[in-house]
Amino acid sequence: MRGICKEYPGVRALDQAALEVRGGEVHVLLGENGAGKSTLMKVLSGAVRADAGEILLDGNAVDPADPIRARGLGIRAIYQELSLVPHLSVAENIFLGKTPTRWPGVVHWARMRADAQRLLASLGVALDVDARVGSVRLAQQQMVEVARAMADVARILIMDEPTSALSEREVGQLFNAIRRLISDGVAVIYISHRMDEVFRIGDRVTVLRDGAHVATRAIADVSVAELVRLMAGRDVSDHYPKRTHTRGEELLRVDNLGGNGLRTVSFALHRGEVLGVAGLVGAGRTRLARAIVGAEPVEQGRILVKGTPARLSSPAAAARARIGFLPEDRKQHGLVLGLSVERNISMSHLGRLSRLGVVDRRIERREAEAAVSDLRIRTTGPQQRVLNLSGGNQQKVVLAKWLAARAEILIFDEPTRGIDVAARHEIYLLMNRLVEHGAGIIMISSDLPEVLGMSDRILVMRAGAVQAELSAAEATDTRVLQAALGVDGEQGARGQSGGQLTASP
Amino acid sequence: MLCLILWAATPHFLTVSNLLNVLEQTSINATVAAGMTFVIISGGIDLSVGSVLALAGIVLALALETGVPVPAAIALSLAIGAACGGVNGLLVTFGRLPPFIATLGMMSVARGVALMLAEGRPISGFGEGFRALATERILMVPAPVLITGLLYLGAHFVLARTIFGRAAYAIGGNEEAARLSGVQVRIHKPAIYAVAGGMSAAAAVILTARLNSAQPTAGIMYELDAIAATVIGGTSLMGGEGTLLGALIGALIMGVLRNGLNLLNVSSFIQQVVIGVVIIGAVLVDVSLKRHKR
Repeated sequence: MRGICKEYPGVRALDQAALEVRGGEVHVLLGENGAGKSTLMKVLSGAVRADAGEILLDGNAVDPADPIRARGLGIRAIYQELSLVPHLSVAENIFLGKTPTRWPGVVHWARMRADAQRLLASLGVALDVDARVGSVRLAQQQMVEVARAMADVARILIMDEPTSALSEREVGQLFNAIRRLISDGVAVIYISHRMDEVFRIGDRVTVLRDGAHVATRAIADVSVAELVRLMAGRDVSDHYPKRTHTRGEELLRVDNLGGNGLRTVSFALHRGEVLGVAGLVGAGRTRLARAIVGAEPVEQGRILVKGTPARLSSPAAAARARIGFLPEDRKQHGLVLGLSVERNISMSHLGRLSRLGVVDRRIERREAEAAVSDLRIRTTGPQQRVLNLSGGNQQKVVLAKWLAARAEILIFDEPTRGIDVAARHEIYLLMNRLVEHGAGIIMISSDLPEVLGMSDRILVMRAGAVQAELSAAEATDTRVLQAALGVDGEQGARGQSGGQLTASP
Repeated sequence: MLCLILWAATPHFLTVSNLLNVLEQTSINATVAAGMTFVIISGGIDLSVGSVLALAGIVLALALETGVPVPAAIALSLAIGAACGGVNGLLVTFGRLPPFIATLGMMSVARGVALMLAEGRPISGFGEGFRALATERILMVPAPVLITGLLYLGAHFVLARTIFGRAAYAIGGNEEAARLSGVQVRIHKPAIYAVAGGMSAAAAVILTARLNSAQPTAGIMYELDAIAATVIGGTSLMGGEGTLLGALIGALIMGVLRNGLNLLNVSSFIQQVVIGVVIIGAVLVDVSLKRHKR
């Protein structure tokens, strides 16, 4: 791919981007959110058309004008959101749109099942081809997607963050399948934000920044620090920036909170601290957050804000008590994607922006402009729809919404999931700035290094209860994991050595 | 452009009296469509507006017949309309019914109650004071057109400038995100449906005054006309976007078409075909324009 340009209204997504991939290699594509990785891959797979530039396959100019033509050229893409039909069988999904037939219009079941079995076996996956796709685990669904791509005799396979929902073992399985593919001469283009994976599976890496090609290197010749510098265009020296921690008065006290999957949870949050909440998926961390902000009912216990019992019966009540919630799934729960940046920001405190129910649009605009410059939100202006922002910038809009509402208690649920290294760093710096100005932060995270690096205290949850409370000094990855798993000392240390704290769904 | 074509085809179309006639005829559908716009922007749909219009009309007529003063009778009628809408909203918000189902039920209930109250017959013959709402002209403009215009100004202000309007867009765009952001969905959502019911009742007042008669069978299929006007005006049935100006233009397009086709002596059977084609065509154009912008 050479000289690829693509412009969206107000945004130059690709500016002379270039990429060169060889058969039989895993080529990692790196870049900050908004650097143009996804757009470049959409151009290659025919989902969008470039404004300029050329694409050469085996030295010949080709034009994947739409996904069907791209597929005809042997280019297939697997996106984060899987595109399977849950009610159909594994075999039917693999051959969707090209079902083998016995007579015109009559499915050749025996051949389809045999072919599906052969494809899955070639990927090293044991899976019942008659099982309904909706009933198998996510990792296996991903394998079905890979098999479907291979059924087309794909020459180039694009994978966009394929491991974001997988457990460690499933990642290994996926990597084995990828290695088989490249040994057959397939080229795999791999997009990921996880540096450990990049080094485990990649052969070469191309870094994009601001829609342009920055560098292409062999993985063996680069370091993490160098890659991060290439992506950010500057040095991001400290992964988890330090700050002075001065613990102030008590902001929030949760007293024997229970019901709805929670068992008597108690803790306190003070001004000036980041309280990390660790635990396995399903331990009740998100439930706890949602209970505190009144999004889910509470059966027992009470919540005190600055020492006074508070009735937080709805998120609106929590917002009035200056509690803000930044949900894990920003697009589903955090933002109204079709609305503009300013309208998303003002949504949390319309009452304060209005007189007699009439919104003062000048104050609204001024606040949004201040937030955009203060948080360095990359946007064409307060009127741009958040739909068109990158993940990191969307998270900043969610944060801006609560800062404008003057929230003092901020609950971050997986604050940096799906956000690249440089934008992560910015989010961490913002969190530090907030606590230094007297806010209190509850940070739910499955990323253990993040919990350990950012928290002043750590709550470890298990099965709806607080299993352990550790200070930053005494917390280690092993101790947190032990508590999360509910095992003691020697038992838990075995086989588990930190890293991603993610359970299979 | 539509107007020019019709003018070329039939010179009578562009006479002042005919244009005012079109506006007057459009005022009913436009008023109902204004309420529908609120509901559709919030991601819902209201199938009961036609029946609510009939019920509000009958209540109004009965009140006038028993000697209730005109302003009180109108207020009662509007309250009944808003209450019907409010019930829809409560069913949708707290009963968690799909808006399609809740308002489908209300469509039948309101129609039935209207028929019961009127004993199946139209109620006719009101005093001059009430009929002035339809017959009076101010600077040549018929009163119904003025009333609808004022309602649109008010509704536009509410939708574009108030917390309530913002809530309607936010709920339609992403209800869960709006709720988690502190938007009081439990208050605003029933109110949105109440506005739709209230607008239907306002349309009922105009209609009853124009016809000098209230009929329990009035407003059949009005919900579809209102949805058509809203959608022609660019409001997305998915919710989260749309404007009242669009709904007004949509209602005018439908009114102009009907009038023009009438003047051209096109049979009412063919008229239905034309209107249907226009609805589909307008939305097709709108969809492809929006896709282009992305």
